[in-house]
Amino acid sequence: MIAGLPGEELFLQGHTACAGCSQALAVRIAMKALGRNTIVCLATGCLEIYSTQYRRCAWKVPVIHMLFENAPAVASGIEVAMKKLGKKANIAVFAGDGATADIGFGALSGMLERGHNVIYICIDNEAYMNTGIQRSGSTPYAAYTTTSPPGKVSIGNKTFKKDLPSIVAAHRIPYVATANPSYPKDLYKKVKKAMDFDGAKYIHILTPCPTGWGFESNESIEIGRLANETALWINYEVVNGEITDVMKIKEKKLVEEYLRRQARFRHLSKKEIEEIQKIADENARIFGL
Amino acid sequence: MAVSEISKKTNKSKKVGKNKNMGNTNKKTGKGKTKTKHKSKLKPKSNSKLKTKMKNKEKMVVIEGSHAVAEAVRLCKPKVVAAFPITPQTHIVERLAWLVANGMLDAEYVNVESEHSALSLVAGAVACGVRAYTATSSQGLALMHEVLFATSGMRLPVVMHVANRALSAPLNIWNDLSDTMAQRDASWIQLYAENVQESVDFTFIAYKVAEEVMLPAMVCMDGYTLTHVYEPVSIPEQWQVDDYLPEYKTDYKLDVENPMLIGAYALPDDYMEFKYDQQLAMDVAMTKLEEESKEFEKKFNRRFDLIEEYKLESDVAIVSMGSVCGTIKDAIDNFDDADVGLLRLIAYRPFPKDKIRDALRDVETVIVIDRAFSYGFEGILFTEIKSAFYNVEEKPRIFGYTAGLGGRDIRIEDIYRIIEDAKQAEKEGDWIGLRGVYA
Repeated sequence: MIAGLPGEELFLQGHTACAGCSQALAVRIAMKALGRNTIVCLATGCLEIYSTQYRRCAWKVPVIHMLFENAPAVASGIEVAMKKLGKKANIAVFAGDGATADIGFGALSGMLERGHNVIYICIDNEAYMNTGIQRSGSTPYAAYTTTSPPGKVSIGNKTFKKDLPSIVAAHRIPYVATANPSYPKDLYKKVKKAMDFDGAKYIHILTPCPTGWGFESNESIEIGRLANETALWINYEVVNGEITDVMKIKEKKLVEEYLRRQARFRHLSKKEIEEIQKIADENARIFGL
Repeated sequence: MAVSEISKKTNKSKKVGKNKNMGNTNKKTGKGKTKTKHKSKLKPKSNSKLKTKMKNKEKMVVIEGSHAVAEAVRLCKPKVVAAFPITPQTHIVERLAWLVANGMLDAEYVNVESEHSALSLVAGAVACGVRAYTATSSQGLALMHEVLFATSGMRLPVVMHVANRALSAPLNIWNDLSDTMAQRDASWIQLYAENVQESVDFTFIAYKVAEEVMLPAMVCMDGYTLTHVYEPVSIPEQWQVDDYLPEYKTDYKLDVENPMLIGAYALPDDYMEFKYDQQLAMDVAMTKLEEESKEFEKKFNRRFDLIEEYKLESDVAIVSMGSVCGTIKDAIDNFDDADVGLLRLIAYRPFPKDKIRDALRDVETVIVIDRAFSYGFEGILFTEIKSAFYNVEEKPRIFGYTAGLGGRDIRIEDIYRIIEDAKQAEKEGDWIGLRGVYA
């Protein structure tokens, strides 16, 4: 039960996510917004594994999973089929950052460009967590992953986090939003709002991962908040091409406070922390925070 | 195979052995070849082309193979068509796009960004309980590879034509069977057409059987040789197809009124049973295809079977698939030594092992002509035909010849060369038609 949100649960307890998984929470909130009249299409990943095991389905709505990189195409097929059948239902994709930024990027772009009436929700835990914390295109600068280990000649992940919301917005779809389950009502509101638009919609949710990021399972909400408060993550909307509704920060914090709480950033020297502070400062400048 | 089943088959083949010896004796004493008893039970051998012309009262039209296939697809009324262009599949999907654009096919035509997405999209549509269609070739089919397995594993009866084309590298857009034969183990029904008429007819049969057994099906037609050729074809009336192919209905679909998980994740405790079910479905597909051989003829007045036997009262039998069989038939018709027949495999998956054994039981020499090769071993069909006879006591000598890769012509002379070469029996087989330093 989350205060102010519908009581009915469509993503049920008993799934096998790690303790403190904020992704499962994000999905639970999103499903409260989407409601029963929804068909869910999953990409391979954590969510699919912990919620669709044979005889242990955690979904109260129809759900399909096919492969890692083709969820947008499967959802497109569902959308056109439902149109031909004259049936109306919300079609929602849940896919991780790897499925979205990397392997399924082409299929996503195709779905967006064709304008299928689908809500695509990227649940971003900033690495391939399901296979054991490997680097993805969405992994932030200098983060430790098992395939971007820091070492004598490496600072960890050498590249910067791919700016998926901007790339998606460049497809001129009617609604793009970013969210964070640490702000459940904002997340709920954005999924509801997405349902009002005709065409492809995209919501990118940052989902802190205790297992992959290295923090205690009771800290997910706090870590998520720190991401926003340091301006390393911004909650905003792009409605018909215009950036709107940027979530304000009450008390801006330094990135160090966020980074020091996570094992994946434990190796950072002052130099890298300064680099990351620059990313946050640039974010704050762009979004006027 | 259960032990009892093997012994049953072996007993059967012993009887075959007796008949075969009798046949040989007759020949040696100059009495000519005697038709063994079981032969008379078989349906009369027929040239399907000729039969089409003679028996069919429907109007024949001269039409390009790809367009004929598009017409057949239209008659099956798919609700969703998705495709990505690849030569030589293009004319099929261009025609379908045109039919949709002109209101002649009431479907959503989706231009996707890859073949991977084409099949994924179509699978998603079928998961909603509608009939859907795609077509591809070569690299496109290779790109679909993982989606092929997921489609069959999720028991989604997608139907697609594959305009057979060689695989890269080197890049080559011409015909052979490398693309579909490489997908042999994907749990798709595979039917190989000899001519345009079959490419049309197999569309109806593929949808019918696929939807009954919940497995996807490929209709394999040779690129260019069939896709870009104009042939006289009988395109059935809509009522005929409606009468033969019922509307697609399934209880297993994405429906908010009856929520269901399609595409579960299975642990070692469950996975094998899912896969065994697929094999059982293939067995049922074999039975259904056999039933269709009667049903289809009744409704359309044209023959369909899992195999075709052509002048098989012979000591030598060629085994092959697809349009090259037309050339082989001509070679047989014109061959001085009339002791050569043809077994044409139509259903490749499910593999009609018993029918093949039965058809070739009196043959002394089998020559398999392959247009696809398993590198490091031998022609793919060659391996399979040999394996069909492994547990049979009396078996023919089997030779394998690889020809026609990447659009290299297989001429009547090549067929004669293969027959002569096999008669020498010096080696198991060879590549035929090589040029330059390998000539």
